[in-house]
Amino acid sequence: MTKPEPLPRILNANDLATGDVVYWSGSKWTRHIAEAEMIADNDAADALGKTEMAARRVVDVYPFEVNFENGVPVPARYRERVRSLGPSVRLDLGKQAGE
Amino acid sequence: MYKYDDFDHAIVNARVDEFRDQVARRVAGELSEDAFKPLRLMNGLYLQLHAYMLRVAIPYGTLSADQLRMLAHIARSYDKNYAHFTTRQNIQYNWIKLAEAPDLLADLARVEMQAIQTSGNCIRNITTDQFAGATAEEVADPRPYAELLRQYSTFHPEFSFLPRKFKIALTAAPHDRAAIKLHDIGLELYKNATGDIGWRVFVGGGMGRTPIIGKVLREFLPQAYFLGYIEAIMRVYNRYGRRDNIYKARIKILVHELGLEEFHRQVDAEWADIQKTFAEPPAVELERISAFFVNPTFETIATPVAIYDDARKTNPAFDHWVERNVCAHKQQGYSIVTISLKAVGEIPGDASADQMDTIAALADQYSFSDVRVTHEQNLVLPHVRQIDLFALWEKLKDIGLASDNVGLASDIIACPGMDYCSLANARSIPIAQDIAKRLAPIERSTGELKIKISGCINACGHHHAGHIGILGVDKKGEENYQLSLGGSAAEDTTLSTILGPGFDADGVVNAVEKIVACFNTIKRDNERFLDTYRRVGTAPFKEAVYG
Repeated sequence: MTKPEPLPRILNANDLATGDVVYWSGSKWTRHIAEAEMIADNDAADALGKTEMAARRVVDVYPFEVNFENGVPVPARYRERVRSLGPSVRLDLGKQAGE
Repeated sequence: MYKYDDFDHAIVNARVDEFRDQVARRVAGELSEDAFKPLRLMNGLYLQLHAYMLRVAIPYGTLSADQLRMLAHIARSYDKNYAHFTTRQNIQYNWIKLAEAPDLLADLARVEMQAIQTSGNCIRNITTDQFAGATAEEVADPRPYAELLRQYSTFHPEFSFLPRKFKIALTAAPHDRAAIKLHDIGLELYKNATGDIGWRVFVGGGMGRTPIIGKVLREFLPQAYFLGYIEAIMRVYNRYGRRDNIYKARIKILVHELGLEEFHRQVDAEWADIQKTFAEPPAVELERISAFFVNPTFETIATPVAIYDDARKTNPAFDHWVERNVCAHKQQGYSIVTISLKAVGEIPGDASADQMDTIAALADQYSFSDVRVTHEQNLVLPHVRQIDLFALWEKLKDIGLASDNVGLASDIIACPGMDYCSLANARSIPIAQDIAKRLAPIERSTGELKIKISGCINACGHHHAGHIGILGVDKKGEENYQLSLGGSAAEDTTLSTILGPGFDADGVVNAVEKIVACFNTIKRDNERFLDTYRRVGTAPFKEAVYG
């Protein structure tokens, strides 16, 4: 059986000051997952995470898998989907509500 | 309720100042995240799925109306107009900003509240019976002892870095509303055959990934030795509890591995040693604390109260609410009211800032400004005149909090689950909402049914103790739910047994409906679900669910 191709990954974290979920766009952290850039080099992503945490901009940096749908990354796991949108039981809160 | 003295104010304010400095140093880069994380956790500030979460301690679940108003103010000023009451009688805010946390803590301190020891490997918030001081069942009010324990354990230098977190619960009533046998230490105050009052001490209970029912360590501990004996237990645990494996670090594992007899021997040896030097607080100190918990000035009320009885006879909805949400009070003409935070379809344990403000006003008007939080995520007004119950019910209806479902199928315990919690593997809240909607039409005829849902193995939703327990797990990236039956957190504590293979979210709701339908066909007379389960076992329910 052939091993499935690994899914692309993007980098996310929490903003140090606000705790807000943010994504690495390639040049800066953004609140919008649609602006996230795919990780091309795992070692570089690790190094970037360490640098950004040391710079006190973010905490808890980690990568996760996504599927690109119409060019937009969609988290493969439900946990990251909830994180990118907001609580599924409070659609009036979080990024899904335009906050 | 207890009022801070100058010393209490000083240490809490000093802690706020200290945390303000720590936050400033973190933001300025003088503290790394590795250095800062344990400091923020010691002040109750977690980093969760969407933002920082602050857990505020509500010691033994007792709040004044002014404190509840402050909690509402915090929800408005620092969060998104709501908060979540937890299964440890605490409250959590989900959208806190780091820079604002010190101001928030300063606001809390103004009403004698704090978030100390709501995280970390220390003695956590002491919990007790939400009916303490109001129920005729108890032999004494357990809250002075809970407060004594709170003072003893707060910032206790020897017990600030235990092998793992440590939870203590007390009750003074034979009907256990505090789940004492599912705590690291459970304490039951009772009167023995010779009429003396003392503690039955349970040790090594807990839920989580290894659920164990606490065992009786001492059948009768005279009150005079209360703190010394607890100190002896803590010392044995602190010395020998495992620090090499987080999953084996709780006291329940130590008790299990040593065996109760050997653990008992070690505690007794430690206790004998302690008594040479340990000074129990003088009686005058317990009296000082007890003075804060004296009965309010109850009126002398003749019963039956005609207006109340007439309202029950003429208004079935009110009568249903009284039947489920109102309990007997020790004082004639008064009742204990449970305010359900489980309106069908709403989020269990959540309350809006407006609701909190209104409940505070109702507590002022009807319950001597006294509010309690239950581990089942409801609120209590402990001292309400029966003559006021109808008016109170009407006002609760106005804010959507007159659900007449306490102890019924829609009164579900649910942890925040994967909608908020970074540890969760599955969502809990939507499962609770769907089950509540599905079962609400038949819940009155079904009778007492405690459904408890956790979104991960840590069991904050007490699924091990549910008549029907649901555990959310991750199955190859998808949410999956295991069903278990037969748990209880009451005086007849039992752990639930897994029924069979798990389900997806829709499947588990359907399965619960089938279990309840099965119960309603096989129950005898007014038998509770739990009693039917204990009589017939899993077989008929397995058949109903899996065919």
